[in-house]
Amino acid sequence: MRITQGCFSFLPDLTDTQIAAQVNYCLEQGWAVALEFTDDPHPRNTYWNMWGLPMFDLRDPAGVMGELKACREANPETYVRINAFDSTKGWETVRMSFIVQRPTAEPGFRLVRQETQGRMLRYTMESYAVGRAPEGARYAP
Amino acid sequence: MGAADTPQQILDPKKRYQAGVLKYAQMGYWNADYAPKDTDVLAVFRITPQEGVDPIEAAAAVAGESSTATWTVVWTDRLTACDMYRAKAYRIEPVPGQEGQYFCWVAYDLDLFEEGSIANLTASIIGNVFSFKPLRACRLEDMRLPVAYVKTFRGPPTGIVVERERLEKYGRPLLGATMKPKLGLSGKNYGRVVYEALRGGLDFTKDDENINSQPFMHWRDRFLYCMEGVNQAAAQTGESKGHYLNITAGTMEEMYKRAEFARDLGSCIVMIDLIVGWTAIQSMSNWCRDNDMILHLHRAGHGTYTRQKNHGVSFRVIAKWLRLAGVDHLHAGTAVGKLEGDPMTVQGFYNVCRDTVTKQDLFGGGTIGHPMGIQAGATANRVALEAMVLARNEGRDIASEGPQILADAARWCQPLRAALDTWGDITFNYTSTDTSDFVPTASVA
Repeated sequence: MRITQGCFSFLPDLTDTQIAAQVNYCLEQGWAVALEFTDDPHPRNTYWNMWGLPMFDLRDPAGVMGELKACREANPETYVRINAFDSTKGWETVRMSFIVQRPTAEPGFRLVRQETQGRMLRYTMESYAVGRAPEGARYAP
Repeated sequence: MGAADTPQQILDPKKRYQAGVLKYAQMGYWNADYAPKDTDVLAVFRITPQEGVDPIEAAAAVAGESSTATWTVVWTDRLTACDMYRAKAYRIEPVPGQEGQYFCWVAYDLDLFEEGSIANLTASIIGNVFSFKPLRACRLEDMRLPVAYVKTFRGPPTGIVVERERLEKYGRPLLGATMKPKLGLSGKNYGRVVYEALRGGLDFTKDDENINSQPFMHWRDRFLYCMEGVNQAAAQTGESKGHYLNITAGTMEEMYKRAEFARDLGSCIVMIDLIVGWTAIQSMSNWCRDNDMILHLHRAGHGTYTRQKNHGVSFRVIAKWLRLAGVDHLHAGTAVGKLEGDPMTVQGFYNVCRDTVTKQDLFGGGTIGHPMGIQAGATANRVALEAMVLARNEGRDIASEGPQILADAARWCQPLRAALDTWGDITFNYTSTDTSDFVPTASVA
């Protein structure tokens, strides 16, 4: 399966040139770009690991691309996403987020149905990768 | 403007409060010199006075009938600070290009309104005046609501920012579709459509306005099967998904019951129809705050009073009231689509709401009617959307290059190619009824 989080998951994986163009767009909006990575991509996992702080004062996409390269090298076989944070009043939140690295294989999630009263079910999603190994070893080839 | 023979306010109290009938302007409901206070509620009406009725007197009547006046003088006015309680019409202008129609501006003191109650506001502003005989027609065009008043409402239970944070979806419009056919599907078949559309790439699906609990699909069945579809699609895509469960019902007790069931099943969103009424909307908004729920409002019924330019209430005003009452989503119309909506005016509604959610009714038919199936239809929509966002961010002009961008994406995305082959040339090119007649005049700000 292919996890379709982020705003470009239905397109073929972006090339570094395409990623740099999107980063440039974010910087033009005045947003701070940040890198995050995880091997627990559950949609309710809000807090991925931060690759350093959001780059508040960085204005050159090349700087982000350098950090991205370092992050990918240090964390192969994880999900990496680029977030763009807007600190203007009324937003103060992420304005754009897209995946820029995926593990080679994505086993996905199992839907667990707990039967309760009547016809009701309690649903929960479990990641196959998270279930089989601790953090750091989940997507090892 | 102002005709020389327009009756002026009678200032001598003995004459003013003599038993009998006076003109509304004589009673004090017209005051061309009135300077609205920052704390006043202001309303702009478009009025069409009956033949022979002076427009200023008609404007005064609107102010009178929407505040303290009745058809005759009452001495009991003198037990009150009646000058303050009277609404004042203070400006009138002919509507450009519309013979016999006038925009009139009316100011209301803040003390005329109860805090936190749209029911009270509407009972005043649109309670009596629209049936008033000297007017052939009347339309409430816009309102300015003072901050002090606005802060007595709680507003949307979730809001755009928190909704996106809950869903972890940023940087592109959210994509949704209404389930079709609107009526007749069983719960099991209906849930299938939900599942296919979400699995294919939509973020949300929704019930239509008249899906409640009919014999062909009782509400509990619908809720159960829809949530099966939602959760199955979420697990297979690793992405948050949702379905707007319509909890509109005959009583508040029943609506609460349905809302609680939706919550217990893990739904992140419920929906209600505008026809449940302002009080019910405010109550459901409070419930949603207490239960971490997004509230979607389907503007069912609004066309009965928003569409005609000379009579009713503009959707601009309805959007403002809904924002106060507290809904997270509302249908503001589509710039292109089968339903009424002038593109410029629709953009204005979005500005009122700062709504960044895109939901086009065309997506409903366009997703479900796709020649390769519902999943393919949803995928075609999602790919088209992401390709356009990517291109826009790269600095390309999507207005002129749009067709090329889509054609490029269709080269590797077969569902999109099939969609373009089927509907590439469809337009809904009818003239809109509700276009703006207002022409701004230069003013010294």
